[in-house]
Amino acid sequence: MGRDFSVIATLFFKASSLQKKRAILTVAAIAWGTVAILMLLAFGEGLRHQMVKARRGMGQNIAVWWSGETSKVWQGLPEGRRIQARLDDLDYLRAKMPSSTGILGEMTSWQTTLTWGTTTITGRVTGANWEYGEMRHHYPQAGGRFFNANDQRDKKRVIFLGNQLAEDIFGEVNPVGEILQVASVPYLVIGVLNPKLQMGTYKGPDEMGAVIPITTFSAQWSRQWLHNVVFKVGVAEDMPRAREEFAQALSAKYRFDPADEQVTALWDTAEGGKTLAAEMRRFQIFLGIIGALTLLVGGIGVANIMYAVVKEKTREIGVQMAIGAHRSWITGPFVLQGMTYTLLGGAFGLVVAIILVLLFQLVPVEGNDAIAFLGKPTLSAEIAVSTAALLGFIGILAGYFPARRAATVDPAETLRYE
Amino acid sequence: MNWPLKKKNNGDGNSNGHIIEMLGITKVYDTGKIQVEALKGIDLVVDKGEFVAVVGPSGSGKSTLLNLVGCLDTPSGGTYMLGGEAVAGLDRDQLADVRNRRVGFVFQNFNLLPQLTALENVEMPMLFGGMGRRERRRRAKEHLDRVGLGDRVEHRPTELSGGQMQRVAIARALAMEPDIVLADEPTGNLDTGSGSDVMSLMTELWGQGRTLVVVTHDKTLASRAGRVVEIRDGVVVTDERAVA
Repeated sequence: MGRDFSVIATLFFKASSLQKKRAILTVAAIAWGTVAILMLLAFGEGLRHQMVKARRGMGQNIAVWWSGETSKVWQGLPEGRRIQARLDDLDYLRAKMPSSTGILGEMTSWQTTLTWGTTTITGRVTGANWEYGEMRHHYPQAGGRFFNANDQRDKKRVIFLGNQLAEDIFGEVNPVGEILQVASVPYLVIGVLNPKLQMGTYKGPDEMGAVIPITTFSAQWSRQWLHNVVFKVGVAEDMPRAREEFAQALSAKYRFDPADEQVTALWDTAEGGKTLAAEMRRFQIFLGIIGALTLLVGGIGVANIMYAVVKEKTREIGVQMAIGAHRSWITGPFVLQGMTYTLLGGAFGLVVAIILVLLFQLVPVEGNDAIAFLGKPTLSAEIAVSTAALLGFIGILAGYFPARRAATVDPAETLRYE
Repeated sequence: MNWPLKKKNNGDGNSNGHIIEMLGITKVYDTGKIQVEALKGIDLVVDKGEFVAVVGPSGSGKSTLLNLVGCLDTPSGGTYMLGGEAVAGLDRDQLADVRNRRVGFVFQNFNLLPQLTALENVEMPMLFGGMGRRERRRRAKEHLDRVGLGDRVEHRPTELSGGQMQRVAIARALAMEPDIVLADEPTGNLDTGSGSDVMSLMTELWGQGRTLVVVTHDKTLASRAGRVVEIRDGVVVTDERAVA
């Protein structure tokens, strides 16, 4: 074994003088393939990050429940009853849902007149609990704030605006501190939403709406019932338990079958996140396959050149066999050579890909919608490892098949010259 | 002339002095449609220290015989003992080992490896034989000195003349101190001067007690041999020893 290795290594180092131009082209083909697969995977990775971020724009690990209608007879009560939560159910639900880290209610008024000076537009106004700011990722721009527990307790007339809505009403003027008439009732603007990437919405994009304390809303519109309930869990794994607790608590209070999915159906973003992750993974695999095919073409190039070398060296192979070379000593150097070209090309490709990724980091996101949506290419250890494994595999194949050809050389046939 | 075959000995192969013992050797090439019988029953015994020239017209089977003697190919029928070792039934790597240890080849077109220096070419069989690097270098230098190329060790084949290349090839053939040196038209590609140099070298090797089997068309070379075997249509037609 040790002898085999030293013989193969010696022959490899003595024999690896392939024509330079060929070697360079071969290495370049592999490098190109490597760049292709790495960049495709890097863009896929960047897009995945961006999608996950966008998905979380609405809030992380939250579930949204609107209302429902019973579809099963339960404890003598008929089906077809409408179940809708009320403002005072929130404390009850909070007490009955230990797995949840937050719960809030929302009331909504669509097409509400919003007037500032001579500007009047209609927009969506949501009344929500103060936890909404954190749970629904309503982070204010500098100089503003979201409303807090005190505002809610005191039924303050304060309003938090989506950034697009604020722009539509106030234009260049800083809205914070201005008085906005909401259905002819004056509200103090206390904050504007920091622009965010948002993929999922259930009433419309957050940047287009306004939010006020739920208590204030309830007083102005004389409403008790909730348009929807939102609850949150700390980690996605807790969501199924929280959903179960929610169904139990609600069904106990409104007397319906907790297994009645017509009532308890809700939008589970934790689950949706999992689906998104799986979809993105599939997309990345698809990109990877395209890249792998490019790389494979490079590998075929290497194999092709190795075949040519084997053909050119047939006589030398015959001579080596005649003076006592074992079969593996003939094939070993060819496999090594194929590997070397492939890995050399891979290394070049990796360097180029890293440079490209770094250059992309320098491109500003501001005002570049494509990059804002697609994200920047990102390399990960996973990408590096899978690409390296693929390169190794292709390298072995690129050397193996030509080497097998070399091993079939018949010395008696080769050395005949008559 | 018939050479009586002695009983095969077990163990020490060379005690009866026979390097080559061929009995009823046949070789059939199967080209698919037709079968070509290149050798039709060759009996040949060569003793240690003999210099045998194998002559015959083109296509008579000389080279086929040489390939079989050198274990580059295996016979279709008959028995062959090389240095007392039965060759039949060995696998490719085992045959490679036999060639490495027992046989030194010299070819008409030298067949040196072009990217290697003279020294590295001579080292090659010793590399395959598992010899250490330092020992290989030392011996390779010695062998090149002996063929008169001590000052050309770092030259590549393209920087050498035909005669020099053939001398490197002979040094390579001797590298593993083989039982037998096989040469196939060793002077065929050389001008008269270099050819006679190589012939002298072969004669000298014979003088040192080495066993040589040379296939040649060259009458001058054949005349230097101690024994001339003529082959025609795959059979030995004459086998003559020169009167010493």
